[in-house]
Amino acid sequence: MAGSTHALPTADVAARAEAARKRVSPGLESWRRFRRHRLAVASAAILALIILTVVLGPLWWQVPINDIDFTARLAGPSWQHPFGTDDLGQDLLARLLYGGRISLGVGLAAMLVAVVAGTTVGALAGMSRGSVDAALMWLTDLFLSLPQLPLLLLIIYLFRDSLKALAGPEAGVYVLVVAVIGGFRWMPVARLVRAQFLSLREKEFVEAARALGASTTRQVVRHILPNALGPVIVAGTIEVAAAIIAESTLSFLGLGFPPDIPTWGRLLYDAKDYLDIAPHWALFPGAAIFLAVLTINLIGDGLRDTLDPRKVM
Amino acid sequence: MGRYLVRRLLIAIPSLIGISVVLFTVLALAPGDPFEELATNPNVPAAVRASLRVKFGLDDPIAIRYLRWFTAMLHGDWGFSFVSRVDVDVLILQRLPTTLFVIGSSQVLALLIALPVGIYAAARPYSIFDQIASTLAFVGFSLPTFFTGILFILIFSIYLDWLPFVYRTDISATGWQWYWEHIRQAAMPVAVLGLFQGASWTRYVRSSVLDVIRLDYVTTARAKGLAERDVIMRHVVRNALIPVVTLVALQMPAVFGGAIITEQIFRIPGIGSLLISSILANDTPTIMAVTFVFACLVIVFNLLADLIYGWLDPRITYR
Repeated sequence: MAGSTHALPTADVAARAEAARKRVSPGLESWRRFRRHRLAVASAAILALIILTVVLGPLWWQVPINDIDFTARLAGPSWQHPFGTDDLGQDLLARLLYGGRISLGVGLAAMLVAVVAGTTVGALAGMSRGSVDAALMWLTDLFLSLPQLPLLLLIIYLFRDSLKALAGPEAGVYVLVVAVIGGFRWMPVARLVRAQFLSLREKEFVEAARALGASTTRQVVRHILPNALGPVIVAGTIEVAAAIIAESTLSFLGLGFPPDIPTWGRLLYDAKDYLDIAPHWALFPGAAIFLAVLTINLIGDGLRDTLDPRKVM
Repeated sequence: MGRYLVRRLLIAIPSLIGISVVLFTVLALAPGDPFEELATNPNVPAAVRASLRVKFGLDDPIAIRYLRWFTAMLHGDWGFSFVSRVDVDVLILQRLPTTLFVIGSSQVLALLIALPVGIYAAARPYSIFDQIASTLAFVGFSLPTFFTGILFILIFSIYLDWLPFVYRTDISATGWQWYWEHIRQAAMPVAVLGLFQGASWTRYVRSSVLDVIRLDYVTTARAKGLAERDVIMRHVVRNALIPVVTLVALQMPAVFGGAIITEQIFRIPGIGSLLISSILANDTPTIMAVTFVFACLVIVFNLLADLIYGWLDPRITYR
């Protein structure tokens, strides 16, 4: 339409304005594609609600997490304690809100560790062919075949006390758990990034940048990495869910955070001996973990469809 | 086939060495003395302590300590449990069969779920069955095993009172009764592990069958007039399973992780619960040995996956 020479000037301007309106930024386009995925959008809303509740909830529900009340021992949900109480009469809603901050925080931080480490290893391997690549991939495969949970437990057992002494009980364990979970989950990201780099580095636009004299760092940072980011974002999203499960698993085995810090997994661990008299104690934290993990996985699924440009929707 | 096996075994050796290096490095980097229990006992005089340290070679350079530890592991000399006062290898051999039984049956259950559901769903993509199966699979692998275990205990042991939730090895019944009791007590742990694995495998099977089912040779098979059943079972499934085997092998570490949790919930006396109890009791030799056994199991199952791979895909030469 814009090419028609017979059009009146006003019509031409209108057509151009329409063309400009149709030209959308990649971010907006991604959002349009993501919006089609109704389940993923609903999940994003639910997850946002969970995060908001966990972050802002303690401002509104100001019951201390360690307020012991033996008269309300193992009480079911009531107006006074909406989620019931545990064996010491401590309010479960307050403990859930507190634990959620830790569980979600650990998930996000461990994901960041895994993504940064994985991207670095993958980028190094993808850019440097030959022995460096082979060595890094051997390392990746080795880490993939390690029995992760036993090693996680072993490392936490060996290093817990010294880090506690170094950074205090809560911060020390936090750093340790994040580092260890992230340190055992970077391999899929590294493989993804390497595969992307191997194909992208041969593409014409990178060649053009190279011909214009761009340094390797600039090629990687400005040209290759932004184009390799899609699958990494998807993997990172799913990584958050995996890290939340890993942290809850550690706490559930009694080897994560100290007993006085009620993470979701720790609440389940404490509750599992009272299943017959106080099932609510186990059900609420379990449902919280499940809901967080399910929504994150669904968002990841939606993002996978969104960020794959070949996919026709 | 024999030569292929030998070659694969030779490839497994570097990864075994790599894992042992990682394990030993972790132990060596750990602050404090792992044999503190022995060395700081106030009843042991300083001179005896020093000679003990020399005897166990605790002051040698790290490379020599590693070599000594590794050769000892190879000889089957896995140390002495501080807590149980028996050799670690005896302890592990007692408990390994239970673990292998639970893991093995849960993997069979997972296959029995994943294969038919995944294939049927992929043969009718976006049908109602496919949508229900995909949703359930999503829910299944988002439910962590420790929560499913607790839910199962709540439903089947506490409310319905059908199944026992403590795993016992000292069942006194004999004959059929003995088998029945075993099936009853293994049902929940096997179901917890199997459903979780089955859920994620269903997704793999479905997407991999979907990839294959659009290929030209499948159209050719249909054009020849083969029954749809033959097309799917004999032409599609075999090729679709090749990537699935790889994915399953990659999941092996996670499977053993799930087994540890399940053993802990249902108090199954396997090596997973041995690991947890020895960590809680600071029993270093047992912890190291169990971790090493888990590493070996992962490698053995990867090897098994490679063999199946070779059987499924004739393009892989056995030479």
